Amino acid sequence: MSRLDVRKTYKLYIGGSFPRSESGHTYEVLDTEGRFLANAAKASRKDGRDAVGAARKAFGGWSARTPYNRGQILYRVAEMIEGRHDQFTSDVVSAEGLSTQQASKVVDAAVDRWVWYAGWADKLAQVTGNANQVAGPYFNLSSPEPTGVVVAVAPQDDSLLGLVSVLAPVIVSGNTAVVVTSYARPLPAVTLSEVLATSDVPGGVVNILTADAADVAPWLAGHLDVNGLDLTGVDDASLATDLEAEAAVNLKRVVRPSRPDWAAEPSLSRMTAFLETKTVWHPVGV
Amino acid sequence: MTTTPTDLGNAADVRTVLGDLSGVDQVGLEARAAALATRSIKKDAKRTAIDLAISMVDLTTLEGSDTPGKVRSLAAKALRPDPSDPTCPRVAAVCVYPDLVGTAREALGDAPVGVASVATAFPSGRAPLEVKVIDTEYAVAAGASEIDMVIDRGAFLAGDLQKVYEEIVAVRAACERPDGTHAHLKVILETGELATYDNVRKASWLAMLAGADFIKTSTGKVSPAATLPVTLLMLEAVRDYRDAFGRQVGVKPAGGIRTTKDAIKYLVTVNETAGIDWMTPTWFRFGASSLLNDLLMQRQKLKTGRYSGPDYVTID
Repeated sequence: MSRLDVRKTYKLYIGGSFPRSESGHTYEVLDTEGRFLANAAKASRKDGRDAVGAARKAFGGWSARTPYNRGQILYRVAEMIEGRHDQFTSDVVSAEGLSTQQASKVVDAAVDRWVWYAGWADKLAQVTGNANQVAGPYFNLSSPEPTGVVVAVAPQDDSLLGLVSVLAPVIVSGNTAVVVTSYARPLPAVTLSEVLATSDVPGGVVNILTADAADVAPWLAGHLDVNGLDLTGVDDASLATDLEAEAAVNLKRVVRPSRPDWAAEPSLSRMTAFLETKTVWHPVGV
Repeated sequence: MTTTPTDLGNAADVRTVLGDLSGVDQVGLEARAAALATRSIKKDAKRTAIDLAISMVDLTTLEGSDTPGKVRSLAAKALRPDPSDPTCPRVAAVCVYPDLVGTAREALGDAPVGVASVATAFPSGRAPLEVKVIDTEYAVAAGASEIDMVIDRGAFLAGDLQKVYEEIVAVRAACERPDGTHAHLKVILETGELATYDNVRKASWLAMLAGADFIKTSTGKVSPAATLPVTLLMLEAVRDYRDAFGRQVGVKPAGGIRTTKDAIKYLVTVNETAGIDWMTPTWFRFGASSLLNDLLMQRQKLKTGRYSGPDYVTID
């Protein structure tokens, strides 16, 4: 007797747990050939609101950890992605229509990318901070601080490497993230949420919404408790412009790159985009 | 047991009235509360509910670390909960310890916002009656318009209803002002310590017979504090009491009500249980502090269409 298929209905990842969408909606995820893969929860604006609440709650603890500790936690996540190499590879094969060999290389690149960003956790302050020159008996120090809750719309095509390249730079510096995944290719993100749930990353630091960005992004862009917005995965130019206008209401930091090449060596720009510089004076000899 | 001068006729005494109370159907009560909590209140109804809830808040600070400065900022918030929006209603009262009543009254000026003071050795109530009476008289003299007293739960649980009753009567007498008016007396039952719903019902009636103007669930210092079933039970008690004796008594749930969603559940319960007569700040209050910020954020959301955040309300 042949075994029955286990047909999966994946859920969202909010505040460290896996809730269904508040709306009850799901949608079918198909592979590049149009065959059924799984059902995914279709996040609504209220799921977005809950995710922002969870991210805000987690921000204090995550940003207060030492950069070294954040780095260690993120390294461990990279190890766990590596541990699920086969699962990620098969996710990428069905999502992006690559050969197994090509998909395996994408997973390798994603792990390397995560490690690269994790390494920056305790080095950012040295590079982006400064001991400013002053003409007096005091120090004047500039140091980078995380900006807060960042909403990132992950790339629509590059479902794993693009996702990792968008998410890692946000959280490495102490921000917390709400990620809206690729709508058509959400499964690598779902697998990543399973990795994060069993890692040492505290619940709420990363919240993953499988959703149509056109549904939830306007609400998140206008949300007054969100501090940064990454529009990388918004392909519709007029929607992106609307979102930027909405984000301007409370002066969110906005990233809107044009079609980045994920295979290229990354720069610091994605990390510095969500940092703020605090400058303090301190007397000498006290 | 003596009867109150006001409510009881010659026909019955307190013991008879309490003895005639029926037991509480726990399962039915909790199911009813849960059913009422499922109502969906949206759009204009929600807007109305939020404004009503704001106007019912007793903005409370009851910490050992309270300073005059904190009370003044609380009073400023009571007068203008949302400084960016002049249409936002004021809260009903601020609630403080007796020694800060003067500060609160001064900060509120002549505005129609009450000053409620806890008294009678709040929150435990473990003090001699003389101390409780002096505590109350001090707060009334300092300008408190409302007194929140605690009952002696120890005596109640030990079965000494006489003592509980007489203390409430004595404190009610201490609420009298020289000009013949009196500070409104809210009697805190501390339902989290009364153990059973039957006790809550009995304590509610006892407090009302002794002259309470309001019955209040909790001090906020004991967990569980206010719950929906307990409030529902107390609303039934005030409804039945008015039917029996013709005097209306208010209800104040306090402690643990933090979200707009919770507050609206309570308002639904008030309307469905006691009725529309209780849907005013005169007869229903919320004892809360963080609730007000959530109400304000929801109010801003309805007004602007954008989710608001804690950066847009005060840090208390």
